[in-house]
Amino acid sequence: MARRTMIEAIRDAMDVMMSRDDDVVVFGEDVGYFGGVFRASQGLQAKYGKSRCFDTPISELGIVGAAVGMAAYGLKPCVEIQFADYMYPAYDQIVSEAARLRYRSGGQFTCPLVVRMPTGGGIFGGQTHSQSPEALFTHVCGIKTVVPSNPSDAKGLLIAAIEDPDPVIFLEPKRLYNGPFDGHHDRPVTPWSKHELGEVADGHYQVPLGRAAIRREGRTVTILAYGTMVHVAESAVTESGVDAEIIDLRTLLPLDLETIEASVKKTGRCVIVHEATLTSGFGAELCALVQARCFYHLEAPIARVAGWDTPYPHAQEWDYFPGPERIGRALLETLEP
Amino acid sequence: MSSYGPLTLYIPEPAVRPGGVPDFSNITIPRAGSVDRPPVDIDPRAIRDLAFSIIRVLNREGESVGPWAGSLTEAELLEGLRHMMTLRAFDVRMQMAQRQGKTSFYMQHLGEEAVACAFRRALSTGDMNFPTYRQAGLLIAGGYSLVDMACQIYSNAHDPLKGRQLPVFYSSKEHGFFSISGNLATQYIQAVGWAMASAIKNDTRIAVGWIGDGATAESDFHAALVFASTYRAPVVLNIVNNQWAISTFQGIARGGSGTFAARGLGFGIPALRVDGNDYLAVHAVAKWACERARRNLGPTLIEHVTYRVGAHSTSDDPAGYRPKAESDAWPLGDPVIRLKNHLIQRGAWSEERHKQAEAEILDTVIAAQKEAERFGTLHSQQKPSARDMFEGVFAEMPPHLRRQRQQAGV
Repeated sequence: MARRTMIEAIRDAMDVMMSRDDDVVVFGEDVGYFGGVFRASQGLQAKYGKSRCFDTPISELGIVGAAVGMAAYGLKPCVEIQFADYMYPAYDQIVSEAARLRYRSGGQFTCPLVVRMPTGGGIFGGQTHSQSPEALFTHVCGIKTVVPSNPSDAKGLLIAAIEDPDPVIFLEPKRLYNGPFDGHHDRPVTPWSKHELGEVADGHYQVPLGRAAIRREGRTVTILAYGTMVHVAESAVTESGVDAEIIDLRTLLPLDLETIEASVKKTGRCVIVHEATLTSGFGAELCALVQARCFYHLEAPIARVAGWDTPYPHAQEWDYFPGPERIGRALLETLEP
Repeated sequence: MSSYGPLTLYIPEPAVRPGGVPDFSNITIPRAGSVDRPPVDIDPRAIRDLAFSIIRVLNREGESVGPWAGSLTEAELLEGLRHMMTLRAFDVRMQMAQRQGKTSFYMQHLGEEAVACAFRRALSTGDMNFPTYRQAGLLIAGGYSLVDMACQIYSNAHDPLKGRQLPVFYSSKEHGFFSISGNLATQYIQAVGWAMASAIKNDTRIAVGWIGDGATAESDFHAALVFASTYRAPVVLNIVNNQWAISTFQGIARGGSGTFAARGLGFGIPALRVDGNDYLAVHAVAKWACERARRNLGPTLIEHVTYRVGAHSTSDDPAGYRPKAESDAWPLGDPVIRLKNHLIQRGAWSEERHKQAEAEILDTVIAAQKEAERFGTLHSQQKPSARDMFEGVFAEMPPHLRRQRQQAGV
């Protein structure tokens, strides 16, 4: 056991898998010699050789398209898209190819592929380094979508993703790389070394895909969140004094509906939080599922707190970001009779 | 005020439209046997002219001539003729089956049979093709079952792809035939990735990519060439230039580059043009390119110059965009007739034997078709179950799909 940052945990997961399985290869823009712009693959090329960890041309469709071919061959590529905002050129390869290969070939060809991409804002990245495109993936049948919220989960989920027989989109909230961001941008950053979920076990372990985690037990309202917003929701709960239950979804598809249902039936209220834009966001799907499953237990309308339906701005980043104050207000409104 | 005149946009146009007299005078056809055959390890810069010429083996007299001749034995050529005739007969039967309502859609190969049939002969067991929808010759020349092909087209109870794919979007891993995607060009970069994987694993197998002239305009094509060039992937990248992308003539995708093969030059990839209606030439060039890949010398780009005699698909009518008799004017002739004439010229074949073979092949194809129809056709009762629709999206069915299957009541 050791305290690790999220980046170190992700690197450790790839390291563990590369050493256990010769078929695991890692590549992307700046990923090889330099170790990636966020340093996730630092040292892997030196350790495993250039043919297993290498730099690619700036071509996201090339990265994912080549990885689909490699996966069909029998390798297990774990590729990096430098920012989730850059994945659009690769979208056809993800949606029409990786996601459907097993189905359309009657199982003759499969696509055990992981596409890692830093997601979300809060780093003054402007509209092209801040997006949260998870709903563009959950809408696609044939791929799984994972969003970890801490180093311990990130490692176990990434190992599970690499070992999964199907393609997995692994969205890494970049605002969490170095610490559990509580939504207060004007306060000093807490490092992962001071957080219990910064404690990362050595060696191989999985956090299974499709299982949520209850981060805080509570009685009056259920908060559904993932990634950065889990920590922001925690501070909203502390600051508003509402006894909320916080569920960290961890995997958006497959979704752990049982845990959600049990919690909302217990609390009778639900607030959904995500950083992505509101309209047709993953919160809409959650909202539909919760009302269908828990309608007779609900004591208030389900609330959604999300990024505004605008491009992610630069100067107005913290006006856009659904911070603790907005979440706290939604919690209180949900509790109003 | 600008001292220049107003700008105007250039829109390329084919030489002739419906009602006009077919004209291929803009296509320069070199004499058979006139193009050099360089060693496979030559510096690509030394053979740039091959991207602008056309490698041909069969001359007008049906003789095989020049440095690219002699890559196949007589027995292999006879078998090759049989493959092309089988594909042609199969096309006729399936085209008809579509018209009879036994399936929704079909795409024939008429005039292009030599390209995939001859190329397949240069491959070994384990090599992987990433085909488009007009390379069924790879399956027929690779010994795939005609019954399974017809079952796929009928989406019937015996369809290896369980009714999930549009007709002719075959897949057979065992026969080195990757699952076809209808999103054009996507498979080109995948072929490069597969080849890279083979190299990463120090394997000996190679990959083959296929694309049409129109789809070379997709970004995937350029990504494939960059990756193939950068990593010297053991891959052969084929462009089948059949002159027409549905109704769009090849000049729209080609732009100012002269030839499609020339696209390879900027990437430092050896690029060759070959007479796609010349079975012997296609095989010789395929063999040369595969040899390069196997010797770890890297990728090769091949432009097969051919002509799509038939419609793009059963949903298309070429009369709306090109002269009806254009295919008769195509200067590279018909691939089946050219190989037939060559074999007759060699004394290995005759008109009588050809007629007899046609009848035999048609019988074989009809027998396969009837066998397939025992398992049903698209609108008959025997089709893959609705329950099966939910299988195979993932290796293990997730809870939400189980719930949906239950809801569907299947």
